[in-house]
Amino acid sequence: MTGAGVAVVTVLAALLLGTGFLLGRAARPQRTSDVGTPVEHATFETLHTASLAAPPLRAGLTEESARRSARRLRSLLGTDALCLTDRDRVLVWDGEGDHHGREVMDHVRGLLDSGRDTAFRTDCGDLDCPLRWAVAVPLTVDHRVLGTLVAWAPRESAVLARAAGEVARWVCVQLELAELDRSRTQLIEAEIKALRAQISPHFIFNSLAAIASFVRTDPERARELLLEFADFTRYSFRRHGEFTTLADELHSIDQYLALVRARFGARLSVTLQVAPEVLPVALPFLCLQPLVENAVKHGLEGAVRTSRITISALDAGAEAEVVIEDDGIGMEPERLRKILRGEGGTSTGIGLLNVDERLRQVYGDAYGLVIETGVGAGMRITLRLPKYRAGVHGS
Amino acid sequence: MSTPDHPASMAAVALVVLATVLVGGFGLRISRTTSDFYVASRTVRPRLNAAAISGEYLSAASFLGIAGLVLVHGPDMLWYPVGYTAGYLVLLVFVAAPLRRSGAYTLPDFAEGRLESRQVRRLVSVFVVGAGWVYLVPQLQGAGLTLTILTGAPGWAGDVLVASVVVLAVAAGGMRSITFVQVFQYWLKLTALLVPAIFLVLAWQSDGAPRVSFDDQVSAFRADHPLYATYGLIVATFLGTMGLPHVVVRFYTSPNGRDARRTTVAVLALIGLFYLLPPVYGALGRLYAPELIHDGDADAAVLLLPARMIGGLGGDLLGALIAGGAFAAFLSTASGLTMAVAGVLTQDVLPSRGVRHFRLATVLAIAVPLGGSLLVGRVPVADAVGMAFAVSASSFCPLLVLGIWWRRLTPPGAIAGLLLGGGSALLSVAITVSGAVRPPGWPHALLAWPAVWSVPVGFLAMILVSLATPGRVPPGTNAAMSRFHLPEALTSGRAR
Repeated sequence: MTGAGVAVVTVLAALLLGTGFLLGRAARPQRTSDVGTPVEHATFETLHTASLAAPPLRAGLTEESARRSARRLRSLLGTDALCLTDRDRVLVWDGEGDHHGREVMDHVRGLLDSGRDTAFRTDCGDLDCPLRWAVAVPLTVDHRVLGTLVAWAPRESAVLARAAGEVARWVCVQLELAELDRSRTQLIEAEIKALRAQISPHFIFNSLAAIASFVRTDPERARELLLEFADFTRYSFRRHGEFTTLADELHSIDQYLALVRARFGARLSVTLQVAPEVLPVALPFLCLQPLVENAVKHGLEGAVRTSRITISALDAGAEAEVVIEDDGIGMEPERLRKILRGEGGTSTGIGLLNVDERLRQVYGDAYGLVIETGVGAGMRITLRLPKYRAGVHGS
Repeated sequence: MSTPDHPASMAAVALVVLATVLVGGFGLRISRTTSDFYVASRTVRPRLNAAAISGEYLSAASFLGIAGLVLVHGPDMLWYPVGYTAGYLVLLVFVAAPLRRSGAYTLPDFAEGRLESRQVRRLVSVFVVGAGWVYLVPQLQGAGLTLTILTGAPGWAGDVLVASVVVLAVAAGGMRSITFVQVFQYWLKLTALLVPAIFLVLAWQSDGAPRVSFDDQVSAFRADHPLYATYGLIVATFLGTMGLPHVVVRFYTSPNGRDARRTTVAVLALIGLFYLLPPVYGALGRLYAPELIHDGDADAAVLLLPARMIGGLGGDLLGALIAGGAFAAFLSTASGLTMAVAGVLTQDVLPSRGVRHFRLATVLAIAVPLGGSLLVGRVPVADAVGMAFAVSASSFCPLLVLGIWWRRLTPPGAIAGLLLGGGSALLSVAITVSGAVRPPGWPHALLAWPAVWSVPVGFLAMILVSLATPGRVPPGTNAAMSRFHLPEALTSGRAR
């Protein structure tokens, strides 16, 4: 049975893997083999070449991006040689006659200031060299000339001059998009910095007041609490690193709860269930603390009664699942929805919104907070944290 | 062979299976109040993690296979336990701490983090799935063999039983609190071999301590080119351990690189201790169950010895202990591997994500090797595991070692090395198992023990292609390297 059996298994395994990949790729558009008339065909070809040149340019105008896009750009223009420069030097020369590269910067110097297209003749003295004429077009982003595109030809050609102008404009659009990408990244970074959760001033005031009440009656306890407070603030105010580990974050929550208990005593009971496997998981800094603060607030709001909070962190394959649950007053789901859309208006729920946004920014929209609640039914918040995500390293 | 009914053994197996399902499904629900917060949020200590790694690592190959091989082929086979252990030494020296510091949970994570390439990530995933499947087949077959010996049930029953238990346990709860389960499994396995071994040695002494003779070599297929085969085994096991998906995943549990190293040292001690035992069974089997050499079911030696040598109620109870331990071995390794393979399938192969997909992936992760184990003829368990090691050594070892120690590794280089080294090893294994090339002769030896040539091929391809594509060195290489090699306290800019 061996031979045939193994064949079957091998084929089956290959098929399963293959199906997976195909399903993954199903969403991508297919290139059609039916290309229609020659004109349509030419259009498709051009668009295809342009689309191949676009991705490298989206990284901005650098030696690397110029090198990777120059060949496509030259085939778009159909010239013998093409070169891209920035403001100081030739970034790439594609095609023949690269000895002309030395003189390019002299020819385009004026253009870098004026921003106007120029054409010029060249004569290198080499009779075999086909490059006699060139057109140089500026690459402008936001009225700033970043560099030039120079196309070379054996003789003057109005068509080439026009085409080079159009291609340069197309390149400019890509570069503008690159600029846009960059500013978007900067914006996100700035936003993350701005979103860095702040501990509330009320908490600092209340903690100090609670500690003060112990100074005479129980100095030892007051000293311990002060140390907890110092540790907690050192962690919360630290300035370096966007990420932390679940172990550090839980430790800080422990200190936070110790301070809260100093105020509320037996009214607050906390249950904890942590799988040790997930403690090294990296997560955005101060991501859990606002949620626990929220649970404490909801639990103790309203009538004088005891409140129970459960915090659990469980291992779920390639992810960790953190659940924070309280049996407090809960919330109208519609109101919660508004808060998470940023329409809350009041100061309540800023913590929730903040954590939700940061999680989505770091891990993607699939990893937002999941909140189950109802009026008087308590609240249960679930976070999923991938154990590994490129760029996320807990320090 | 005679298959007496062993009610005690059946009970032991049932107990182990039940415990695994319950613990996996419901988890060890240890809830603590805040006063124990510090205890509850304490990271896994190196020794505990080491026991967990050992528990997951000691598979059917170790529990049954080595004794069977020693029984049939004599002391030459001691290279198996040596290799299985020494792999951790290589892991300790070259990989453990940097791999932990990389923050990678799986090998595809490492590939993506180091080489910044989705393509390499996908390719590594394919190899992880492939190596995992090759490794799972002998686990299931070992279970089938054990169940046949205990109950006389048909061969496929044990395979299906273990597969279903693993699916149930993994899919139901994702094996919560897995560290403690695996720690328990390690001590269970050690006890299950140690206690009967003591009694067997006593029985052997009261029998007049006859000398074991390995003079009449009966080697069935190892007769040709034994030296080459030994080298193949050494290369595969020494270099393959570092790439086993379920071992890599466990290093994530260590809080930092230092602890990862300490863990590895402890693993060396624990595994070394365990591997003292199977050769004892092999030698005693040579004396008291010599007919197994010709049966082809030498893997059964460990299970049969107590009844042979001691008999009566005592023999039954010791047999039950061994049977329970054997099932613990199948279940722990199979569930660890299934988790790792299913994780990779959900993340990188199956289209979209979610909990339901993880369950689907679990079924897929074990269904394919189950089909394989039912269709493919029985290869000695330790040999089949050796093949999985060869695939891992030829694909992941170059990737990890060069990725960690060589700045100039590029994505195209990694792809070339994986395809040429790992691909050729995988192909050789497939051809060997299919029986297309039969012993004796060099072609069979080369294909059955591919590591000797496929590991250098993998390294060379990776190095040469990387050197040929210097422009493709990932921009983040220096940052990644400093993260791998500097202690965490330095890179985080904070002394703790």
